[in-house]
Amino acid sequence: MEWETVIGLEVHVQLATKTKIFSGASTQFGAAPNTQACAIDLAMPGTLPVANEQAFRYAVMFGLAIDADIGQRSVFERKNYFYPDLPKGYQTTQLDAPIVGAGQIEITLADGSTKAIRIHHAHLEEDAGKSLHEGDFEQGMSGIDLNRAGTPLIEIVSEPDISNSDEAVAFAKKLHSLVIALGICDGEMSQGSMRFDVNISVRHKGEEKLGTRTETKNLNSFKFMEEAIALEVERQIDVLEDGGSIRQETRLYNADTKTARAMRSKEEANDYRYFPCPDLLPVVLDDAYIDSVRQQMPELPIARCQRFVDEYALSAYDAAILSDNTHIANYFEATVKQCNDAKLSANWIMGEVSARLNAEEKTITQSPINPTQLAGVIARIKDNSISNKIAKQVFDGLWLGEGDSADTIIEAKGLKQVSDSGALESMVDEVIANSGAQIENYKKADPEKRPKMLGYFVGQIMKASKGQANPKMINDILIKKLNELV
Amino acid sequence: MAFAQNQFNLVENPVKHDDINALAHLARININDDLLDNVTDNINSILSLVDQLQQASTDDVEPMYHPLDATQQLRADEVTETDNRQALQANAPATEAGLFLVPQVIE
Repeated sequence: MEWETVIGLEVHVQLATKTKIFSGASTQFGAAPNTQACAIDLAMPGTLPVANEQAFRYAVMFGLAIDADIGQRSVFERKNYFYPDLPKGYQTTQLDAPIVGAGQIEITLADGSTKAIRIHHAHLEEDAGKSLHEGDFEQGMSGIDLNRAGTPLIEIVSEPDISNSDEAVAFAKKLHSLVIALGICDGEMSQGSMRFDVNISVRHKGEEKLGTRTETKNLNSFKFMEEAIALEVERQIDVLEDGGSIRQETRLYNADTKTARAMRSKEEANDYRYFPCPDLLPVVLDDAYIDSVRQQMPELPIARCQRFVDEYALSAYDAAILSDNTHIANYFEATVKQCNDAKLSANWIMGEVSARLNAEEKTITQSPINPTQLAGVIARIKDNSISNKIAKQVFDGLWLGEGDSADTIIEAKGLKQVSDSGALESMVDEVIANSGAQIENYKKADPEKRPKMLGYFVGQIMKASKGQANPKMINDILIKKLNELV
Repeated sequence: MAFAQNQFNLVENPVKHDDINALAHLARININDDLLDNVTDNINSILSLVDQLQQASTDDVEPMYHPLDATQQLRADEVTETDNRQALQANAPATEAGLFLVPQVIE
């Protein structure tokens, strides 16, 4: 019997505000423990939350980007549970009246087809602090760092429209590129800026009723998400095929051991006893506010892709690759602006730059070569100072920091293409003089076959010039000289 | 938990000791067994008052999320609170390397 997987995602996105959602403490990553946790974040008695406008603006931007209804009257609730990294004893979140209503996101599948994944809603909430179980402190104790407590999040909840791990990853990547393009999240997955909870169930193909689902929590990379889904789908099918049943439970995936375990089952699940937060009034965003946010929306990846086709005459394929990631798109546009050659810029970024970044597991923002430097390389190809082959050497030199511009490296390594006709002529003469046998063959050959025989001579000359001879000029001079001999 | 679903159907389903114990656990409070009857009765009588309120027709009434007829003021996204760790940790039972220490919690 064939099985079918049903997946829904809950995605926590840390908003790129300077301060917490309900306090004026900084959200900067990497500060010393508890130096960015103020009296409000620590739930000191007598403190009250003061809501951060920027968090609402960012949430509205996300809502507009996915064509969702914006909750013009949004309400905060208390979700009550005890945990040491939650000083108030409740998380301030939204339940009945979230800021972003239903919307959708279109993903592109491997075969090029598209699929719409519906978003149920997205709500604003605060992040908790961090518990550290190992460190420079007494055994049997946990350390609590509340710097993260109160960082604004939007939790994006999808409908169970996702059918496998490929779609889940495509959806997650799409969200990632969208929130970065909007500038509402820094997208730094390794710092926890985006975390995924995956709800998974399986059922027999054709079955209407959903199977019992489990939730694998807190995945912070696309790769871990893919692995965790594969593992959980396999586990559920095994259990069911052995005649067992799935327990509704929360699971944790361990990326080091590639295993998962149950965290808590539904029976002992928390009852969160939500109720509207009396410390916060409903937040009302009027049409004028939402319009003002709409005016400030940056260009979205989909629009940018189309503009790349129109403005730079890129193929749809190239435009899609270059526009999907905002940082790559910015890098591309900065390069084109300085070298005025979109096609060459696109080729270099999708080719050499990507290959090197992938090999070194770097992102474009960590590229040792900036757009100005890349544009410098391209400019020298265009004015025939260097060939494509030499350009790769120059690129490598820049990558390794052997110089700070293409010109310095070309100068220092003497890589400039030789276009001086006198020098080129003597190179040609020398090769002709040293290639007696080949010259005899050339003379005897059928004139129609002669062009094909030029390769040998060009190769010898390029070798003699260490690749620096201007190939077009070499060709012209060679043909002229050989014709004189025949 | 049964409690949440049953709260407005008290005639058929009054709150029982188990519900009170579960709630007490969630609230991390300890209710002695000899008090359990009393607390259970009290909660049931409070809930029957709520039950009575539930009888009122609210079909055309918009739910009220807050007793004040006002909306939330928002603040600008500017850092106003800087590091005050030393003072804020002054009354913490245990700290180390800037962390608050609590009895170990691993779920």
